[in-house]
Amino acid sequence: MEKKLPPILEIRGLQISFKQYEKGFSQTELEVIRDLDVCVPAGEIVAVVGSSGSGKSLLAHAVLGILPYNASVKGEILYDGEALTEKRVKRLRGDEIVLVPQSTAYLDPLMKTGVQIRKGKKDAASKERLHQIFREYELKQEVEEQYPFELSGGMTRRIMNATALMGHPRLVIADEPTPGLHISVTRRAMEHFRELADMGAGVLLITHDLELAVETADRIAVFYAGSTLEEVPALAFQSCDTLHHPYSRALWNAMPKHGFQPIPGTQPYAREMPQGCPFGPRCPKYTQECSEKIPWRQTGDGRVRCIHAEEAQ
Amino acid sequence: MVFLLVAVSIVSFILMTMSPVDPLQANVGQAALGSMSQEQIEKLEAYWGVDEPPLKRYLAWAKDFVRGDFGMSLQYRQPVSKVIAVKLGNSLFLMVTAWILSGVIGFILGVAAGVFRGRLPDRLIKGYCVVISSTPAFWLALLLLMIFGVWLKVLPIGLSVPIGLEASGVTFLDRLRHAILPALTLSITGISNIALHTREKMIDVMESDYVLFARARGESTWQIVRRHALRNVLLPAITLQFASISEIFGGSVLVEQVFSYSGMGQAAVTAGLGSDMPLLMAITIVSAVFVFGGNLIANILYGIVDPRIRRGGNRK
Repeated sequence: MEKKLPPILEIRGLQISFKQYEKGFSQTELEVIRDLDVCVPAGEIVAVVGSSGSGKSLLAHAVLGILPYNASVKGEILYDGEALTEKRVKRLRGDEIVLVPQSTAYLDPLMKTGVQIRKGKKDAASKERLHQIFREYELKQEVEEQYPFELSGGMTRRIMNATALMGHPRLVIADEPTPGLHISVTRRAMEHFRELADMGAGVLLITHDLELAVETADRIAVFYAGSTLEEVPALAFQSCDTLHHPYSRALWNAMPKHGFQPIPGTQPYAREMPQGCPFGPRCPKYTQECSEKIPWRQTGDGRVRCIHAEEAQ
Repeated sequence: MVFLLVAVSIVSFILMTMSPVDPLQANVGQAALGSMSQEQIEKLEAYWGVDEPPLKRYLAWAKDFVRGDFGMSLQYRQPVSKVIAVKLGNSLFLMVTAWILSGVIGFILGVAAGVFRGRLPDRLIKGYCVVISSTPAFWLALLLLMIFGVWLKVLPIGLSVPIGLEASGVTFLDRLRHAILPALTLSITGISNIALHTREKMIDVMESDYVLFARARGESTWQIVRRHALRNVLLPAITLQFASISEIFGGSVLVEQVFSYSGMGQAAVTAGLGSDMPLLMAITIVSAVFVFGGNLIANILYGIVDPRIRRGGNRK
């Protein structure tokens, strides 16, 4: 990557914590994301895969600068090789950096879809652009005049994808864009992300659906309890042997076509986070050294954060 | 609605018959009553209808009321409809002003507090609201009376018209001057309630996913407020505004009493204390109609404002 242009988005050592009040008035910092690295090159789809509660949505909100007021962020977020400051993200979001949201709740229930996608702009160019997008997504013109409650799930999905196209997206952040959708609609949505990537945008796909990620993404970052554990090309997930982290392997084994085998235990809650490797307590290879800070190690075309990775190979 | 009114009238009638106020003692006075002959007392009792059984009285009243005859006020010795027309005219100005003022200002303050949640404007507005809503209305009325009526002497201390003036000589301006203080008191107390509720709703909206998304799409706070928040906070505000009619009605009783302002509230108190059954019943019914009307209007407005109700209903 160093030889090419800088990646569209690079996140190094991201930490997000929340101020919380415990019993009485004592305040605590709850660290929800503690060590997140991810890199999105132009023209690629990078999937961040993790189970519910691993802090995936917060990643999206952190990049866009829309975290709640009691959150604090540490670490580096680089956009186009430069730090993405609050001022910069304010200027870019909605135009170059776009979010494709999770659910219907992200649309204003009392605003017609057309106006909503255009963000209230009434000029001819915006209207023409909207018509063009509607044609691309096979949406009828009258949908413009409808309210979100009048749309079907698939239509809502397309409308939310359409919002991303109104600007000049260079970084698309898709936060769980296909929950509970029919497989054909899901495929269609993924094709659109691929088209966006082919136009030169970087796509950060945040999902818990590993199969979907393997199918569509170029690279996959495995995310567990607030940390990135492994980053590999999506092809590595074709076989268990090309995966290095025990958790990635556990994920692979849990996929329906590979035997559907769960592992015991649950993801630790942010308050009871273990020292060192967050997966430690559930890991069959756990040793004393795992409770220290785990460095990244190169593994061919990817990297892993596990000191026992070699043994795993 | 008819059922509601019948129920309201029955309940208030029962309450009145059970009230320990003896109409003769209340209106004639203990001393005068003692010096009267038995014949005179019997005549008075007949006038106030003391001996008639309650059910008969109620039915007689209801029969006339349905025909549009509200009866004679026993105290004002005028038809009830006439008394109410005059009093309601006085009160209506007061209540409408207070209603609009508290609604508009309360809404604006609530929205502002919700947007600036936790920051200085919010803390000021919230502080004001909490102080005012824990202040009894009559105390606030007295305070205003002292400041504007007694110290500054810019506004009259009471009544709805100047003292010692013939009814024909009273100008609109006079009436206005007399209504300012009571209307102000009612508005000030009304604002806090509306502002606090609006603030709560506004915070919900500002924390909603669609506002988050709007922010992610680069809309500024002001754009978000104007385009998304106001729209979504308006519906609950409408309910609140029309539901507050009853509160304004209730508040006016106290406030009119303090300012000796001759309106519906005061008439209700007089009628209640003097066992003026026809007047009190009519006032109760009129108030019930107002409150009911307010809620009805709110429901109708919902259908107009909220596309989910408007379009959802049309499709079926």
